[in-house]
Amino acid sequence: MLQSFQERFYLNFIADDRWKYLVNGLKVTLTITFFALIIGVVLGFLVAIVRSTYDKTGKLKILNLICKVYLTVIRGTPVVVQLLIIYFIIFGSVDINKTLVAVMAFGFNSGAYVAEIFRSGIMSIDDGQFEAGRSLGFNYAQTMFYIIMPQAFKNVLPALGNEFIVLLKETSVSGYIALEDLTKGGDIIRSRTYDAFMPLIAVAVIYLVMVMIFTKLVNMLERRLRNSDH
Amino acid sequence: MITNGDVLIEVKDVHKVFGNSLHALNGVSETIRKGEVVVIVGPSGSGKSTFLRSLNLLEVPSSGSIFFEGTDITSKETNIDMHRQKMGMVFQHFNLFPHKTILENITLAPIKVLKKSKEEAEARAMELLEKVGLAAKANAYPSQLSGGQKQRIAIVRALAMDPEVMLFDEPTSALDPEMVGEVLELMKELARDGMTMVVVTHEMGFAREVATRVIFMESGEVREQGSPEEFFGNPKDERLKEFLSKIL
Repeated sequence: MLQSFQERFYLNFIADDRWKYLVNGLKVTLTITFFALIIGVVLGFLVAIVRSTYDKTGKLKILNLICKVYLTVIRGTPVVVQLLIIYFIIFGSVDINKTLVAVMAFGFNSGAYVAEIFRSGIMSIDDGQFEAGRSLGFNYAQTMFYIIMPQAFKNVLPALGNEFIVLLKETSVSGYIALEDLTKGGDIIRSRTYDAFMPLIAVAVIYLVMVMIFTKLVNMLERRLRNSDH
Repeated sequence: MITNGDVLIEVKDVHKVFGNSLHALNGVSETIRKGEVVVIVGPSGSGKSTFLRSLNLLEVPSSGSIFFEGTDITSKETNIDMHRQKMGMVFQHFNLFPHKTILENITLAPIKVLKKSKEEAEARAMELLEKVGLAAKANAYPSQLSGGQKQRIAIVRALAMDPEVMLFDEPTSALDPEMVGEVLELMKELARDGMTMVVVTHEMGFAREVATRVIFMESGEVREQGSPEEFFGNPKDERLKEFLSKIL
């Protein structure tokens, strides 16, 4: 136990090229997060449009119902369980890329949360904005696109940034389907070296740095969008 | 082509029920002719705003029909967006787009709806801004303007669409007293230029001076109407007499 720091560092990261577990894991984590993010935003955006159109006009009743079921199921069950169901049940009998499964699971999951964030943003915009748009001859979709959405997006940016951070961290349960993401990579090193401290702290630091960078980026974007508020 | 005196808007027996009990409009029939300045007054809850908002279908009537330039705009087949382009609307709370500059506020609809070129739309916007003395604010954002300036911009935004009629929904009610004047002045100028206007307001001075016709609404009905002289000088309806005695 009295090994020096250097020795432990060497054992956990340098010997047998163990650092590769972290680097490759990080690649997997970022890949999943990136594509899940895209699915989440697109899906969330569409669901939010359906839901708020129903709230405002009473149209799209069936679609709204489908969306509500989706939101209830996704938000009512743990993401790990969703991941396991997609992998072992839905794609149980097919040989499918695990990363793809994770992208779908986290994308669908994130979409539900993003949808409610977008919807709250749309509903937060004063009805007068909507009426002003319509009174100028814009149709419903144009009013949404040119007038409501830009303002709604600005309002929900902090919440959206937060959701992305949650998503990045949530992908750490990908190990449940034996996907070697960053967390799993650190855990593999631990199982090889019987040293928990070094690999797990390293994993934690990497997540922390990524979140900090991302927070910074969101803040910069927020400041740029805020130029119309004085 | 519509010329002065021609019927512009015809409202036929319009009812509006909110929920299933609140009768905001109770069978209103009214004709607005080209060139008229119609001022609608009445106590709050009398249905005057609902009436005004139903003219461009921001409130959809529960029954009855509204004709604009001869087209039944309450019909399902009518593309209401086409008609709204010709009906400018000014709101109590201005409703400028806070994420756009003043110039963008004014040119957005002409560019996207009327498909004007950016240059053409901006030239027209600047011309209108010059007219109201706010050209210097072209690149400012709405939050940098006073209430009176915001409302004048809102009027310019509606005018940029070259409407046939302008609808004003209590345009000065949300303004500080010292800013009411500048907005009313602009509205008077519009009236002098021959713009057809329908105005819901509590500004009796404006009604007296500018209106060609004043309408009194109460409980979702038109109770009395006439020229300003008649209306203020010799009111007949009991409720109107009471109303006028309280506010004049």
